[in-house]
Amino acid sequence: MNRRIRFFCAALLWAVASTASAQGVRPDGEALYQQNCAACHGSDGAGGVGVPLNLPDFLAVASDRYLRNTLRHGRPGRVMPAFPSLTDEQADAIIRTIRGWSDAPAPVYDSVRLKGDARRGKQLFTEHCAACHGDHGQGGAGTGVTFSRPREAPIMAPALNNPGFQQSVSDAMLKATLLRGRRGTPMSPITALGLTESDADDLVAWLRKLPPDERLARTSQSPIIRMESPYGFEETLDNLKKAVTARNFHIIREQTLDSGYVKAGKENKRQYIVYFCSFSFLNEALSVDPRVGLFLPCRVTLQETDKGIELVTINPESLSHLFNNSELDKYCARMHRLYSEILEEATL
Amino acid sequence: MRSWRIWLAAILLILTTSAIAQDLYMVRSGMAFPEAMVALQKAIREQGYTLSRVQRVDLGLKSFGFKTDRYRVVFFGKPAEIEQLGNKYRDLVPYLPLKIAIFAEGDETLLLASSFHHLRPFFKQPALGKQFDTWEKDIQRILEQVRLAD
Ligand code: HEC
Ligand code: HEC
Repeated sequence: MNRRIRFFCAALLWAVASTASAQGVRPDGEALYQQNCAACHGSDGAGGVGVPLNLPDFLAVASDRYLRNTLRHGRPGRVMPAFPSLTDEQADAIIRTIRGWSDAPAPVYDSVRLKGDARRGKQLFTEHCAACHGDHGQGGAGTGVTFSRPREAPIMAPALNNPGFQQSVSDAMLKATLLRGRRGTPMSPITALGLTESDADDLVAWLRKLPPDERLARTSQSPIIRMESPYGFEETLDNLKKAVTARNFHIIREQTLDSGYVKAGKENKRQYIVYFCSFSFLNEALSVDPRVGLFLPCRVTLQETDKGIELVTINPESLSHLFNNSELDKYCARMHRLYSEILEEATL
Repeated sequence: MRSWRIWLAAILLILTTSAIAQDLYMVRSGMAFPEAMVALQKAIREQGYTLSRVQRVDLGLKSFGFKTDRYRVVFFGKPAEIEQLGNKYRDLVPYLPLKIAIFAEGDETLLLASSFHHLRPFFKQPALGKQFDTWEKDIQRILEQVRLAD
């Protein structure tokens, strides 16, 4: 028994030591960046679903602390995830890679709060900033760079009221950002708008007071919507198609669940999928977040169970959480309503 | 003599798999859309899955001003799994078969899949939990293979 325990402890120690030493090797920042960030920020930092990270004016004002905190906190509800599982060494390696895109030395800021006039700042904000950043700094519709989607601006203005941003940025960095602007983006230096350094202080004072977005309570939603049908299989299918087309959706495909997995003719006809789509809805949702296509086109499954006939769909409201994008909430809510209506009408 | 081995295996597993669950897996491929699509289909097959269908999501996108209409969802699965799980877990059916979205961004390609993290609280059956683990690993391997292909 004793020997076994000793052996067990030794093995445990070895396991701990070997994972620790694996982390002791200097992590490869380029590889980590490609793995964790490039999907959204581009292989070379030029942007995508995320904003660009390689702009000289950005790197000249962004402190390492800002980058590190942004990576840790993410931007809740604004697509950018938090990365709690990266070690400090890995985070630093990624930051070195990002730094490598510019010669500008990393600035260092103190954490002193600027003493501006927030009331004046609010007026200036409404006049000069709200058009891009939104009335209460909630950011543009959609995020990042417009490569293939038609949107209002080449780069969508970030959310300034986002708790992840507010926790990461210092007053001094905010001020430096306003005075410098970001060449190559719609964000110009405030001096180009005829504003002065003391206006910058006022603006910063207001930016600090921006009210955060009200989040929908993210209670765990059931992942599916299901309704039982009092009708037979064929009749329910008929009802379903009528309910779908009555809402201006096109039915684009019907198939069994096992289609493509079993020989033609051997399919289980009692597990049947109807796919449908509305171009304008698709177009709107994809411009907000190109990733939602993963759950499109719309789909209802009709199946026969021991208890009878039922219709099931995914629950779109359980998805907005998945994408960390609060702008999607309203599309998900709309889709939820639609699915529920269609299922209800087909089984009424 | 056997129990300590199981313990050791369990502890090693905990130490080596990252404990933080990801909701979505997303990778960028430097390849253009057609090549990335070929690489994806190859990776799916090499991981032991059958590709059942490539669904267009982009019907009519160009008429709305999109510069690209290259957006597809690729469905895949293992025939036995689809049949058995589709029969046994009726509530899981809306999430079957497995799928990966693939779309062009400029001359590069993005690939995206969902983990099963958000489904786990609702499907507590241990066998299904293991199935989710396997799918998550396989999906990540497929995406990694496409990301690193050239
Ligand atoms: C024409 C649109 C536009 C206007 C007007 C504008 N901005 Fe911006 N702003 C942007 C964009 C786009 C970015 C992101 C630039 C980038 O990609 O780095 C940005 C970035 C910022 C950032 C940095 C945010 C971050 O996440 O790094 C701050 C702070 C900011 N703006 C504040 C302001 C303030 C204050 C005003 C008003 C004086 C203002 N902006 C006016 C478009 C605008
Ligand atoms: C799923 C997409 C996504 C991933 C993955 C992602 N980001 Fe972001 N990131 C964004 C978005 C979107 C924003 C801008 C948020 C906004 O518009 O309000 C952003 C903003 C940022 C900013 C602030 C930029 C600025 O101008 O102030 C930094 C820094 C950043 N990300 C770093 C990273 C790093 C480092 C990684 C990898 C460890 C990463 N991001 C991974 C989407 C992503």
